[in-house]
Amino acid sequence: MTAHLPTTETARDLIEGFAFPFPTDQYRYSTNVEPARTPVVTPTGQWGDAVVDVDSEYRHELAERERILAADPSRYAVLDHMRPACWDTMITLMRELALARPDTMSLEALGGGAFVWTNRLLDVEQRFTLADESTLPMEPLRYIATQVQEDLVLLDQRDDDLWGDAGVVTFAADWSFGFDVGMNFLEIHGPVPRLRQTGVITRAREFIMRLQPGQVYRRTNWTLTIGRRLDVSTELYPEWGPDRPMIQTVDDETFGRLVHLRTEVQHLLRLPESGGVLFLSRTYLLPFADLATVEPWRARTAAVLADLPEDMADYKGVISYRDRAVAWLEARAPS
Amino acid sequence: MSDRIRLVVTAIDDDVPGIRTLTLAAADGRVLPDFTPGSHVVLECDGPANAYSLTGDGTMPTTYSVSVLEVPAGAGGSRWVHGLAVGDPVIALPPRSMFAPILQGSRHVLVAGGIGITPILSHLRSAVRWGREVELLYAYRDGRGAHLDEVKELAGDRARFFTDRTSFAESLAATLADQPIGAHLYTCGPAGFMDAVVETATALGWPPSRIHLEHFGVEALDPGEPFQAVLADGRVLDVPSGVSLLEALEGAGLDVPQLCRQGVCGECRVTVRSGVPLHRDLFLSAEAKAANDSLMCCVSRAEGDRLEIDL
Repeated sequence: MTAHLPTTETARDLIEGFAFPFPTDQYRYSTNVEPARTPVVTPTGQWGDAVVDVDSEYRHELAERERILAADPSRYAVLDHMRPACWDTMITLMRELALARPDTMSLEALGGGAFVWTNRLLDVEQRFTLADESTLPMEPLRYIATQVQEDLVLLDQRDDDLWGDAGVVTFAADWSFGFDVGMNFLEIHGPVPRLRQTGVITRAREFIMRLQPGQVYRRTNWTLTIGRRLDVSTELYPEWGPDRPMIQTVDDETFGRLVHLRTEVQHLLRLPESGGVLFLSRTYLLPFADLATVEPWRARTAAVLADLPEDMADYKGVISYRDRAVAWLEARAPS
Repeated sequence: MSDRIRLVVTAIDDDVPGIRTLTLAAADGRVLPDFTPGSHVVLECDGPANAYSLTGDGTMPTTYSVSVLEVPAGAGGSRWVHGLAVGDPVIALPPRSMFAPILQGSRHVLVAGGIGITPILSHLRSAVRWGREVELLYAYRDGRGAHLDEVKELAGDRARFFTDRTSFAESLAATLADQPIGAHLYTCGPAGFMDAVVETATALGWPPSRIHLEHFGVEALDPGEPFQAVLADGRVLDVPSGVSLLEALEGAGLDVPQLCRQGVCGECRVTVRSGVPLHRDLFLSAEAKAANDSLMCCVSRAEGDRLEIDL
């Protein structure tokens, strides 16, 4: 039995703030970007009014990130030329945090490149000077990764392309940041089926390359994850891979508690000082047991999974238990 | 379209003859939108809107600075700027970045001609802040050099100044001949000036991908030959000589996204279904132009007498 069987009920705010990813009964890849900072009202509540989201998992997920980074430093990388983009990212995210949580967080400019960052949730008051690493306890990208739940990838724009040249990614869903560092946009997305042929990925790249400072866009992505497991990176496949055959053998009650719909809310913004692009990915996990209590979500998820073409189901790693997931959801339809 | 920013003129500096430096702050006193080095803002003035490079610091700026050369025979934007007074309101569109520094560059060679120093100055500021390898060649007419003190203070002996063409041309060639692999060249100035810089660099083997240009004061284009535009619904529009395709489309009641109206900003790109465009813009890459499947309708026209477009 997996170590990730949740022992407690899902916190209320995780259900109310869940970013349900399916706008229709059919899911296909598309360049599904929309302007950020606009709330999406759902049957349980809403999500999406802020670029960075702080919820009841804040301390827990930050601790989880530290544990992962200590065990595997390759989840964090900065190529030399990305130094200004790392500072840019830190300042940008501090401002976004202050916007999202004005009651507990603030960034005050003292002039001459000096700032004070306050985060009362973590009991932090940090003075620093822009472009002076000695004024921070660690490199700025690494530092801001101790303050936000989002995974971070920084893209450099040069030679008419985007390059994944820095990042902190501890909550990857079946990919490896350490493997992808330094790749260009099409290379990073190479394994995803259908993207090249449909032109989705080149359109996305053109769109991102034309982003201007101040413009923030978002999209969602999704998969299924067994257990409340944030780190399903390729590196840990030996740990979580066996959950896929295992899940077919458990009873219905355990199935509903273990299988999670996983949404990634991804934000894209232009970093002003460096001209880089910041990609933020925030992971939300909701057990099927909770999903099924919200009728529109239950019905839609069943429809999307039933319709999902083989190649996409295979890529998402759900092909072996997709039929059971559909059956499980359909069995919970109101009579 | 983008949200407009309400600004107010807080200071005017006319020390350099013919060049006015404006300091602008948000009318509500708030922090202004950040910008990338090399960015410009479009100011709404009487007549066509004009784009001006931002010379200051782009991180949480409380003011924007632009320096504007008065062009008495120009379209009117510079005369309007030179008529402003402290306290006057100014409406701007958010900064746009089309001339950003390349982070991976091993060395950054900045070459400014005249008022072309303005975007180069923000590049210099950023290079100094981040410790990038940088050098600057600045050519200007004697007595007409804008931002000289600021450049000297930022760059020290990494900046060289020229007031005669011969010594500038010699130094430029020598500088461009002696750069490490991975160096990038950035230039801004009058069109003839930049042509000469690009010609020198190209002759020395610089690939186009390492040469970056910021155009300003786009030269007036010739009025062009008349042609017909066929719309998606079958309507046929006459586009006479001296009228742009964009103007013809607007005349027919179509709402086309547009901003600079001079082939720079990239907003008014239109898909071409058939016919060959005559590209006259500065936005599309050489590759995109060769594909002939879109054009910037504010300046570009038809190679033949008909163009079928997806509008």
